[in-house]
Formats: sequence, C-alpha cells, structure tokens
Amino acid sequence: MATDLCTESLLTIGTHTLRSRLIVGTGKYSSHMLMQEALHLSGTDCITVAVRRDRLIDADGNNLLDFIDTQRYTLLPNTAGCFSADDAVRVARLGREILLGLENPGADWVKLEVLSDTKTLLPDPVATIEATERLVAEGFQVLCYSTDDPIIARRLKEAGASSVMPAGSPIGSGQGILNPNSIRICLEYLKDGDPDYPVIVDAGVGTASDVTRAMELGVDGVLLNTAIAHARDPRQMASAMCLGTEAGHLAYLAGRIPKKLYATASSPEEGTIAARPR
Amino acid sequence: MPNDVMGGGGAMKIKLNGQSCEVDAGTSIAGLLDRLQLDNRVLAVERNLELVSRTEHAATLLAEGDRLEVVTLVGGG
Repeated sequence: MATDLCTESLLTIGTHTLRSRLIVGTGKYSSHMLMQEALHLSGTDCITVAVRRDRLIDADGNNLLDFIDTQRYTLLPNTAGCFSADDAVRVARLGREILLGLENPGADWVKLEVLSDTKTLLPDPVATIEATERLVAEGFQVLCYSTDDPIIARRLKEAGASSVMPAGSPIGSGQGILNPNSIRICLEYLKDGDPDYPVIVDAGVGTASDVTRAMELGVDGVLLNTAIAHARDPRQMASAMCLGTEAGHLAYLAGRIPKKLYATASSPEEGTIAARPR
Repeated sequence: MPNDVMGGGGAMKIKLNGQSCEVDAGTSIAGLLDRLQLDNRVLAVERNLELVSRTEHAATLLAEGDRLEVVTLVGGG
C-alpha cells in the first residue's frame, strides 16, 4: 500500500534514478543470507559495498557477490577506511573496475569517504573536497559523506559532488539526527536555485523514527547500515526503515502544521450542550 | 595467500596484498590470478598504486619488488 503512494516519487542522483529513497549498506550482518533478506525487505534498489583485499575477509571463500543480485541492485562502492585523498581515489578506481566487470550501472559513481579520525570516523573536509575534485575530473559521479556543516556542504557541491550526504550523527552511533537545524541549512544552501539537487542523510540513524525525521526535514534520501544490520531482528527493522522512509517523505510533501503553544479544539465550539468553565 | 605462488623455481619477490611471495620471472597478472584460482570478473588489481584494468592483465608482466593489491567487494556501509 505504502509503495503505491510513492510510485511516482523517484530519487535522482546524477544520471541514476532510484525507486527507493533508502540506500542500504551490506556490512555487519551476522550472515550473508540475513543480509539478503533484510535488503529485500528494506525495499531498496541501491546498496553500498566496500573494496577490500581478496580472501582476507571471508575465510570460507564466500564472495559477497554470490548473495547479491547485481541485476536488481545498483551497487554504490564506497571508499570507507580511507584517510587520505590519494587512497580514496585509488579505492574509487578499484571499485569502478570491479563494477565494470559486473556490468553494474554503479560503475560510474562512488560514495566518497575520506576520514580523519578512527574514534569519531568524522570526515576530513579538506581531503574530501580535494578527492571530490579529482574524482569528478576522472568522470566519477561523487556522493560525498560529510559533516552537517553547511559551508563544507556548499564547497563539496561547488567541487562537483553529485550529492552531498551530511551525517546525522557519527557512523554506527545510532544517535539519530543530532542537529536538524544544520541539516535544514544544508538543504537551504544546497537546493538554492537548484531544488532537485539530491541531499542524503548518511550515517547515525538508529531506528525508523530517525529516518522519518530526516525525511520530514526534506532530505531526498537516507543511507544507513548498522541500524538494520545490528537490530535485534534485522528483517523487521528493514521493513520498519522502508515504511519510515515513505512516511517521512510523504509527511514532508504533505506539509506539517505549525507547532503552537496552546490547544486548538478539533470539534466545533458552537452547539455544545455543556456549560463552559469560567 | 600462499607464500610461494608459482611453486619451485620462483625468481622474483613481490608483495601480494601486503604479504611477500615469490613468482617466476615472466609471470603476468593474468597468470598469477589463474594460479590463485581467482575469478577476475569480481576483482580488481592494482600494481604499484596504479590500477591495471582487466584488459591489460594478460599483457602486464610482474617485476621484482612489485606491490600488488588484489581486491574484491565486501559488505560495507
């Protein structure tokens, strides 16, 4: 039912058009089978993947790709774990090479992460801008993981980012959207004169209401991983995230009522048979 | 990763995914992947920090001291 309501609402990022506004990560699931089911239930058609040395992750020799339908999902390779622009560019190129081999449409884009600190996993804004410029020059469509700083967000867009993706809170922290006002200013700056420019909240989501809240602010989509993968029941949480995304997007489109301090009766005051106080 | 990929008369030392190993002189990237029984459709190769595209694997011969990275996709967010 919910999906019927949103069928005409597509998410466009650069040359890519997605049916779902939820982008889901493939990391940290207790099994590949569970990941597969959770991805399905989330309703997503775009999933993030990481680039790592072969055979050093899964001793059983299972490849993630054995569990992913690359015809169904657009893969979004990330540069997670990179702490310099040089390394991020290397990893982006390697990801593209793999996706070209898979003939997956995701070969021309990358989720750029250039981190600066292992404790907070906060991005290095200067290196992120540099890597964005270099990758755009190489023909990549770059989706930038960023802080929620509106000035950095604007600089990333100027550097050629196809989407700026401010974090709601630190990666994997589950704290939700800590500063909705910053996200709102990011939206205002990034969409100024360019209302279709895609802004995605990436990271920090803990539960479905966090996604709804982000979508209600007017962001175009949400990218998450841990909130589903580490939920007690990832399948149920995947469904909840699907509905939360739709709910938030519809509520944003519908336009919420302003908040007021005092009550306003929903039933008519005229015609009541009861005596009013005072 | 096996230490001695080519078995026997290895003539060159290289670094493969951070580990030292020996390969015969004249080994190409395609030959190495073949010996390792790796499917090159789901991986990418970098040699001395430069990507070597799939179409160049057969023609690219390894050299003493090469640093090779063979990567694939894993779960990530």
